[in-house]
Amino acid sequence: MLRTATPAPASPPAAARAPAALSVQGLRKRYGALLAVDEICFEVPRGQIVGLLGPNGAGKTSTINMILGILQPSAGSIHIEGVDLATQRSAALAHTNFAAVYASLPGNLSVRQNLRFFALLYDVADSARRIEQLLEEFELRQLADTRCGLLSSGEQTRLALAKALLNEPRLLLLDEPTASLDPSAADLIRRRIRAMASERHCGILWTSHNMYEVQSTCDRVLFLSHGRVLLEGDPRRLPAEHGAATLEELFIRLTREPLATDGVGTLDARTSAPGLERVS
Amino acid sequence: MRLLKARPVAAIVLRQYYLMRGNPTRILPTVAWVAIDMVLWGFLARYLDSVNGQRINFIGSLLGAVLFWDLFTRIMQGVTLAFFEDVWSRNFVNVFATPLLISEYLCGLVITAILTSLVGLAVMLLLATMAFGLSYLSLGLLLLPYLLLLFLFGIALGVLACAMVLRLGPVSEWLVWPIPALLAPFVGVFYPLSTLPAWMRVLSYALPPAYLFESMRAVLAHRPARTGGLIIGIAVALLDLLLACWLFSRVHRSAVRTGLLARYSAESAV
Repeated sequence: MLRTATPAPASPPAAARAPAALSVQGLRKRYGALLAVDEICFEVPRGQIVGLLGPNGAGKTSTINMILGILQPSAGSIHIEGVDLATQRSAALAHTNFAAVYASLPGNLSVRQNLRFFALLYDVADSARRIEQLLEEFELRQLADTRCGLLSSGEQTRLALAKALLNEPRLLLLDEPTASLDPSAADLIRRRIRAMASERHCGILWTSHNMYEVQSTCDRVLFLSHGRVLLEGDPRRLPAEHGAATLEELFIRLTREPLATDGVGTLDARTSAPGLERVS
Repeated sequence: MRLLKARPVAAIVLRQYYLMRGNPTRILPTVAWVAIDMVLWGFLARYLDSVNGQRINFIGSLLGAVLFWDLFTRIMQGVTLAFFEDVWSRNFVNVFATPLLISEYLCGLVITAILTSLVGLAVMLLLATMAFGLSYLSLGLLLLPYLLLLFLFGIALGVLACAMVLRLGPVSEWLVWPIPALLAPFVGVFYPLSTLPAWMRVLSYALPPAYLFESMRAVLAHRPARTGGLIIGIAVALLDLLLACWLFSRVHRSAVRTGLLARYSAESAV
């Protein structure tokens, strides 16, 4: 059964809990005539990994950029650890960090220099100790004085993750963190990320096109298409619930159906896909 | 809005230090061009002094003017070069997705520019004094307001140039380099403003260095230092600096709203 995205109900027990790592409500982004993100709502609780899935151009990167404060929403709100990003940008981003394939660290600085630079930007106290910890944890010590432009893809990914943990974020945004990694390196990275969520209790928003990875790593997924959340749920149960053999098959079905329409009333078109029903 | 923090400001300065330490070609322009200018204009001034019969102090007026103008150029480029490092390394997403305030970012650029231009100034003073006997101390305490004016206006123009590149995209970097050359005729680096036609003089009065060069020539000719004009120049430079910072902040906000910042290298909002 398809569950369309609606704001999470604010039940009294939920309200009494600590705020979610990330709470997005009615988020919208319009570029002129193009509606890139259309009233999406979701939460990333502490200690959970939430996968943000969708075809290219679905609005994933726009959504992440809005959460990172480098793109202003046209409407809606973003709260990080209960702090409003719009009114307390600096305080909200102090709890956040990210790693993305399209935002590689400056190649003309060494590994250690990059970590020092970003530790200062994030106002990390006792940054020297923190950097040493991360160099050790991500097996970067031998590369500490190597310029980042000379690192392999796997090493750059490890560095990006080390940078993403400098400020011990409560919300971590990972945009295709294992893209361009070999299966073994990708597996190690996935283990590390799962450990981050469970040991550090940070909420993680993860985008990936690797459905196997998503199924094995994420606690929950959101399917985004044409700027809207079409479906959300447990990635291990969703395929069976919607009559698909695998998550990949479900992904393909969800992404191809809307493309057959002219974009008006696409939600109805999507819900007409076999095995999918709309819940009002 | 929180107060400025030292660590994020230090990050911008430290990054530039790392880059300069890591690649001598970044240090060379701060030293080499000013040294070349000092040598070239120093010999020209010495020659003019020899044929002029000491009626005009060319070493003081010509070499002193070149020294101040080079310093202004260094200050402006000190700001823009530190900014361009983020443009060249496509680092905007990484930098602006941190808790860094725009005021902290600008402070970091300004401190970087001050430190690098002080190195250039030291080289210029050393060469001008040792090789050509320029006695900058003859300007006395006036040297302080002169330097203040140059730093304020150089930083203002540097921040303005950064705002322009942020708005127009990476390729507009090439519009920044000729700015000092475009301003030089209007500020009267080498000649009194009275030499200029009236319409050019109108523009000159809006440019703070024009007051400095008028004052310097007056002092070297043993006339009063035109301190009134100097005060106006410093006030205009301060106003320019505030306006430039405001404009950068506006351009940054607009870049966040339109998506230009997130897709900067694509120049999507031009």
